[in-house]
Amino acid sequence: MGKVTMTVNGKSRTAEAEGRTLLVEWLREGLRLTGTHVGCDTSQCGACVVHVDGAPVKACTVLAQELDGAEVRTIEGMADADGSLGTIQQAFQDYHGLQCGFCTPGMVMSAASLLEENPKPSEAEVRHYLEGNICRCTGYHNIVKAVMAASGQEVAPVAAE
Amino acid sequence: MYDFELLKPATIDEAAAMLAEGDAQALGGGQTLIPTMKARLAQMDRLVALSGIDAIRGVCTDDDGRICIGGGTSHATVAREYAKSYPALASLAGRIGDPAVRSRGTIGGSLANNDPSACYPAAALASNATIVTNTRDIGADDFFQGMFTTALEEGEIITEVRFPVPEKAAYEKFIQPASRFPLVAVFVAKFADGVRVAVTGASSDGVFRWSEAEQALSDDWSADVVAGLAAPGAEGMISDLHGDGAYRAHLVKVMTARAVKGAV
Ligand SMILES: Cc1cc2nc3c(=O)[nH]c(=O)nc-3n(C[C@H](O)[C@H](O)[C@H](O)COP(=O)(O)OP(=O)(O)OC[C@H]3O[C@@H](n4cnc5c(N)ncnc54)[C@H](O)[C@@H]3O)c2cc1C
Ligand code: FES
Ligand code: FES
Repeated sequence: MGKVTMTVNGKSRTAEAEGRTLLVEWLREGLRLTGTHVGCDTSQCGACVVHVDGAPVKACTVLAQELDGAEVRTIEGMADADGSLGTIQQAFQDYHGLQCGFCTPGMVMSAASLLEENPKPSEAEVRHYLEGNICRCTGYHNIVKAVMAASGQEVAPVAAE
Repeated sequence: MYDFELLKPATIDEAAAMLAEGDAQALGGGQTLIPTMKARLAQMDRLVALSGIDAIRGVCTDDDGRICIGGGTSHATVAREYAKSYPALASLAGRIGDPAVRSRGTIGGSLANNDPSACYPAAALASNATIVTNTRDIGADDFFQGMFTTALEEGEIITEVRFPVPEKAAYEKFIQPASRFPLVAVFVAKFADGVRVAVTGASSDGVFRWSEAEQALSDDWSADVVAGLAAPGAEGMISDLHGDGAYRAHLVKVMTARAVKGAV
């Protein structure tokens, strides 16, 4: 066991971690930030995606102790300062980009990384970028629409390839 | 996952000393090793994280014009840095897994692991890259020694990979969408003194050079010449629920022809 400190959503946070403690366990169990989900625990589904030093990572596939001192952003840090939904979150609501909501934290974090790298993606680029985020409910079309809307672009009535 | 002690060396020498002692293993980006440990297919007393060693991260060009990629450099960095100077390599790196895997996964980890379906081994073998470790330089032809097997000794660390840049090259990946690994993928590289063709995902011996195609393409660089070749033999090819050996052998030919057509 050792103490690990990271800046999480702008605040310095400290919690214990064993060698094997995953970032997602440290966030969920250490800090009680349960917005980040574990869908598969086998690095496949993307429900656990958070940002570490600005880049998307699967929080189930990185060790907490390795990230001592890192800057982490989770879904809890995506709302606006007044607590209202952030642009991407609002677009997911407006375009029905979620049903059960289990994949949504990871989807929103991946979408945020995409829009940072590529503020006006094409629909194909959105689909390609979200390849590592699996959704069992929506069929993806409305997620793609939400991301297009969040980027300030026109949303095609029927999503294509 | 069984517990272990995580060590965080700051230099290659420190890491090598830690790896030399007892039951220890290197951790690159963890995108293969952590899932393997969760499945309890790997366990160790001490895990030596290479991510704090600045000397093995980043990219540069050497005096011979080769591009040099630190062993701890992420797939995302390679995809970003080489879009212009070695587009086939950048495109390969940019199609590994998904963005989150590319943020963490490293070239050193991919080569050391030598998964029979991994992408980087094909680039290293086709480009005739040199794998530099903390103790020696290993040519790609000697490095890959069969499925999940390399020339690396216990505790040896890949510090850098040097790629000669071909005149033209391309990587054609027939993706297996569930895993996002290749079902079969082919890297072709055309140099002034000949063509090299490396195949991944197909053989149960891991990455290999398709020498018939290399000879034919060195004489006549065209997709048509590939169409005239017999596909490599199906025996020894991976056969699983995603595709049998004959199908994979056929894909080798199709992917090679596409790579030649698309080479830049
Ligand atoms: C969902 C998903 C999709 C993927 N898709 C692809 C794909 O399409 N194509 C593909 O090629 N790969 C794919 N991968 C694997 C990915 O590229 C891994 O990053 C890579 O195989 C291992 O690199 P790593 O840095 O994560 O190594 P680790 O997982 O940390 O380590 C792997 C092995 O290499 C050793 N090692 C690590 N670094 C070094 C070093 N510098 N020197 C010596 N030994 C070292 C470790 O001890 C371990 O044995 C995928 C992975 C996931 C989870
Ligand atoms: S829980 Fe991390 S990828 Fe599925
Ligand atoms: S909304 Fe249910 S998994 Fe995506």
